[in-house]
Amino acid sequence: MKPNPHTTKNELLKVYPAKTARKRADQIVVNEHRADGAVPEIRANVRTTPGAITQRGCTYAGCKGVVIGPTRDILSITHGPIGCGFYSWLTRRNQTRPEGPDDANYITYCLSTDMQDEQIVFGGEKKLRAAIEEAYAIFHPKAIAIFSTCPVGLIGDDVHSVARDMKEKLGINVFGFSCEGYKGVSQSAGHHIANNQLFKHVVGTNETPRPEKFKINMLGEYNIGGDAFVIEDLLERCGITLVSTFSGDSTYDAFANSHMADLNAVMCHRSINYVAEMMEKKFGIPWIKVNFVGAEGTAKSLRHIAQYFNDAELTGRVEKVICEEMTAVLETQFDVRSRCEGKTAMLFVGGSRAHHYQMLFAEMGMKTVAAGYEFAHRDDYEGRRVLPSVKVDADSRNIEELQVVADETRYLPRRGPEELVQLQTGGVEISGYQGMMPEMEEGTLVIDDIYHFEMERLLEIYKPDVFCAGVKEKYAVQKAGIPCKQLHSYDYGGPYAGFRGAINFYNEIDRMVNTKIWSFARAPWETEEELEQEALAS
Amino acid sequence: MRKIAIYGKGGIGKSTTTQNTVAALAEMGKKVMVVGCDPKADSTRLLLGGLAQKTVLDTLREEGEDVALADIRRRGYGNTYCTESGGPEPGVGCAGRGIITSINLLEQLGAYGEAENLDYVFYDVLGDVVCGGFAMPIREGKAKEIYIVCSGEMMAMYAANNICKGIVKFAQAGGVRLGGLICNSRKVDNEREMIEELALRLGTQMIHFVPRDNDVQRAEINRKTVIEWNPAAAQADQYRQLARAIDANDKFVIPKPLMMDNLEGLLIDYGLAA
Repeated sequence: MKPNPHTTKNELLKVYPAKTARKRADQIVVNEHRADGAVPEIRANVRTTPGAITQRGCTYAGCKGVVIGPTRDILSITHGPIGCGFYSWLTRRNQTRPEGPDDANYITYCLSTDMQDEQIVFGGEKKLRAAIEEAYAIFHPKAIAIFSTCPVGLIGDDVHSVARDMKEKLGINVFGFSCEGYKGVSQSAGHHIANNQLFKHVVGTNETPRPEKFKINMLGEYNIGGDAFVIEDLLERCGITLVSTFSGDSTYDAFANSHMADLNAVMCHRSINYVAEMMEKKFGIPWIKVNFVGAEGTAKSLRHIAQYFNDAELTGRVEKVICEEMTAVLETQFDVRSRCEGKTAMLFVGGSRAHHYQMLFAEMGMKTVAAGYEFAHRDDYEGRRVLPSVKVDADSRNIEELQVVADETRYLPRRGPEELVQLQTGGVEISGYQGMMPEMEEGTLVIDDIYHFEMERLLEIYKPDVFCAGVKEKYAVQKAGIPCKQLHSYDYGGPYAGFRGAINFYNEIDRMVNTKIWSFARAPWETEEELEQEALAS
Repeated sequence: MRKIAIYGKGGIGKSTTTQNTVAALAEMGKKVMVVGCDPKADSTRLLLGGLAQKTVLDTLREEGEDVALADIRRRGYGNTYCTESGGPEPGVGCAGRGIITSINLLEQLGAYGEAENLDYVFYDVLGDVVCGGFAMPIREGKAKEIYIVCSGEMMAMYAANNICKGIVKFAQAGGVRLGGLICNSRKVDNEREMIEELALRLGTQMIHFVPRDNDVQRAEINRKTVIEWNPAAAQADQYRQLARAIDANDKFVIPKPLMMDNLEGLLIDYGLAA
């Protein structure tokens, strides 16, 4: 029998103390579609209740690990105790492909100032300077980024003044991030800080014109398991130029030159929408939300880009590419549907991924019964239409909001107001994102910042066929006899983006949900009742 | 061994009072160690005859792990032991963490061990208890007695009251107690009566009233305590009285900090009564 979402919600809430239950009641929502197209309000981007096991990471992780780290030729130095650097050594399977054997690739390195008691007491700026000079002497990078960990904020080391001095001294770009782990309620704060500094220190610093006709930036595509390679290949075949990606398979020069693009395509709305908005204000580049996860999403995204450029040849090429790819996609879909149709999935991950991957499941005939984000805000759930009513609390005010105005010389609206309206009526939403909930079925559960206890209860109540999360959840889920697909790292798989990636995903999930292995796994006490007595007797 | 921490508003005369009291105790034949807990490292200047002290943290920084007690402890007046915790220059790093590091090191090196046969350890702590580091001397296993140096000036009394709030917190967790207020006179109206009343309301005592005397300044110019500079001075006797009072003290309490309006009321009653 299908579990009742309302009863389930009460089931999850009943163990909590009154105050926690009240808060969680606003963060656990049974989805519905109202007549005006609205969905219920969800509380998000608020502090996790102390004591709860959360999926979230810290602000430093969001800044260094997610947004800046995957850029291969920016040398990232963690200013802090060695553990912060070591445990954030890129473990997300972001891939990159330097153009030649001599091109810089620092992704595999981990640099830290190894802050110790002495630096805490006497300040760490000297050691940071020494670290930058040493790193420069070894690598001669184009740019160095400095990331602040918690103690840096506590003792007040001024990483920005060190960055300014070193920039002048070394003659390369050096910039710092005040992304101390404790800032904000999750890694989301770190994304925002990363966006701000990239925009302030890098974007628009390289004026080399791009002669190509159809130029875009891909924002919020982190190239896990080679996703970006698939997308890059598709765009290339369509004749669309990728000026830069923020930030998978990304480079410093591309960031610096990214204002030469005519469109920003946003994948992960949560982590990168700030850059998209700031580039629109400063340079007049519009942005659209795209989704290259799922075959349908990929086709739709390509078509939207073509519509934006409004060029018959481009449209023709895009249709040709879609056509070439879809045959194999549909074949595999047909095959996996015979085994996967009607099976259920849950996704609790990220700030966009829990939305995007539902498309892939839908294409396989599988139903998403519950989903939620780790660190998203209300607009990622309910759509940007709720932005004016999002409460800006003290935690959010802690994060700098850049005041961006149109650039005096370089602001150039790529499309006039009429063209934008035309695009909008043609189905290409400009500066818009509808959010996850409008695309989820009614009666599904939407849970923000799911607590571990809730996850375990959901597994018991719903017994989904697959659960998607990260490595912290993976083994707890599998102990419950349910396969877990990691959507941060893709386990060892991928790519899952684009058409080719979709086929990979269908096959991978087909294997996972149809394997018999879980039915063979029985705990000893399930089969041998006498076990305890025997053990006691011996 | 009695471990004593001296707190009080910045500039109130903690270091001067502490060193003169220590000198008097040494004169009485007591074996005393002074631990300066101020990054300026000027808590032992009068006992040592100058700032010749290399601080614990500087030594730790230069010598690495291999630090001996002799490297960080100097003999001062009357065979007192003097150490300075030291710390970063103003506006840099974390002085509080420095004090924690330094006191831990002194412990590890056995500075408070039985073999040292100390009668007293005095911690001279900078200003207010601004953060965890500056509370280190009164946490578990460290100082058990606290004396607050204050005067009849409002901000000094306000600071004394604030410090009492810190003591309450650590008294419950550890075992630290307030031994009394030392009034280092600024010659304000009704000062003695006012501090006696403040002490009473806090549940403690004014252990001594140190009158204002220019001999303190003269001795300081000579880098000496009054006791050393002019043993016959009247002010030297004041410090001897204070030392004896501390030595004989058995009144240790958990203070009852005052509410702000209560404290202000006290000031109005005594300050305007003159």
